[in-house]
Amino acid sequence: MKRYFHHELQDLRSKLILIAEKAHEAGRLAVEGFLNSDLEKTERAIKLDDEIDDLEIEIDRASVRYITLRSPVSSDVRLIFVAIKASHDIERAGDEAHSIAKKTKRILTRDGKVVNKVHIEAMSKLAFAMLDDAITCFLEEDLELAESIMERDKEVDRLNKENFKALASDMCEGSVEPSSNIETILISKSIERIADHAKNLAEEVIYLLTGN
Amino acid sequence: MAQTSTPITTSENSQPPIIEIRNFDFAYGDSQALFDINMDIKEKEVTAFIGPSGCGKSTFLRCFNRMNDLIDIARIKGGEIKISGVNIYDKDIDVIELRKHVGMVFQKSNPFPKSIYDNIAYGLRIQGVKKKSTLDDVVEECLRGAALWDEVKDRLNESALGMSGGQQQRLCIARALAVRPKILLMDEPCSALDPIATAKVEELIHELKKDYTIVIVTHNMQQAARVSDRTAFFYLGKLIEFENTDDIFMNPKNPQTEAYISGRFG
Repeated sequence: MKRYFHHELQDLRSKLILIAEKAHEAGRLAVEGFLNSDLEKTERAIKLDDEIDDLEIEIDRASVRYITLRSPVSSDVRLIFVAIKASHDIERAGDEAHSIAKKTKRILTRDGKVVNKVHIEAMSKLAFAMLDDAITCFLEEDLELAESIMERDKEVDRLNKENFKALASDMCEGSVEPSSNIETILISKSIERIADHAKNLAEEVIYLLTGN
Repeated sequence: MAQTSTPITTSENSQPPIIEIRNFDFAYGDSQALFDINMDIKEKEVTAFIGPSGCGKSTFLRCFNRMNDLIDIARIKGGEIKISGVNIYDKDIDVIELRKHVGMVFQKSNPFPKSIYDNIAYGLRIQGVKKKSTLDDVVEECLRGAALWDEVKDRLNESALGMSGGQQQRLCIARALAVRPKILLMDEPCSALDPIATAKVEELIHELKKDYTIVIVTHNMQQAARVSDRTAFFYLGKLIEFENTDDIFMNPKNPQTEAYISGRFG
């Protein structure tokens, strides 16, 4: 039996789509800012962070309100808890995008452009695809897609390690000024963390769908 | 404690109240049941009264259509209740007329031992309405209004006593609607119903508030949280807190309210 307040769950899903879109947009702008040495894009990525934070608060409040007033049970309860965790993971992914943008801004302000981009482009494509798929599998309740995300995280981890080795090796050789390489190592780590948040979300979706 | 002469009202919805209660004291003989109640109830909203047994919430509800007049020892000790600006305890008030404007649904469904049709038409017939087409229209309108039409339209002439408990309760709501009240009082309308019938009545309450002001007494706090716009918490005959339902259940101001709704009472 459909209840008059069930639309509030749909509203919650809509808010999750919105926060995920904003986090993805922030990440895309931050990485494009890095890859294209585009300061304007990094600034836009930085500004998106407040909107993402506000949305996370809205989702938390809507979730607590639903639990308090609507007496949800079973899959509705799981959905709410996963929504809270999902919004937190997405917000943290947004924080990583913010961090990438700020580090890129420092590189561009200091050096004018990014010189060594290592595997950032390939890595970010993988991480953002994972984030998109994590949201999709949540919204469409797609267990298979959720499980596939777990595997893809390993490739992002591998690329992050390669980036670290390459950038650290440069610094050891003394061929480059170390500041930018350190920033790029941290940017690579941020992208790896975005993939981790996507993986966390996929794990929550598996719990939502299976109860395990 | 919310014991002041200032009415407890809530922040949103600035329209004038349909029910205004001021400094209202009520007693059964020497035993005072309600103490200095001040409250404004807004039109076309659902207001829930919650509180432990004996706190006075049903007594208070029954004051709105003077049902307590039927109890010999009941008496108003002070204050007033105005509905649409009129003091309903003025001596020239026609109580029958008042109850046409303030309908009531009780804890236990109480259909008349008549057909489904006659249950709805009863109120109109005693008002003198005899025209069959008018009665037919009102019966259908009220049964639709009570989300019952589709379930009973093919057996309107069958006894109402053959309906399920949930259907009987919705029939009583439909019967109350037939005389076109402004206000509908509900005294634990779902306490004898199973969860599905309860859900249907709650859905109905949500629909009815578009056209009616509803005041509901319930022991089921989840129900108050689900169906009402505003909630009043009573304890020992006193109005402890009256706020938007969101605030009462998510962030009550009074520790007694918090203790009650979280089950830490006593």
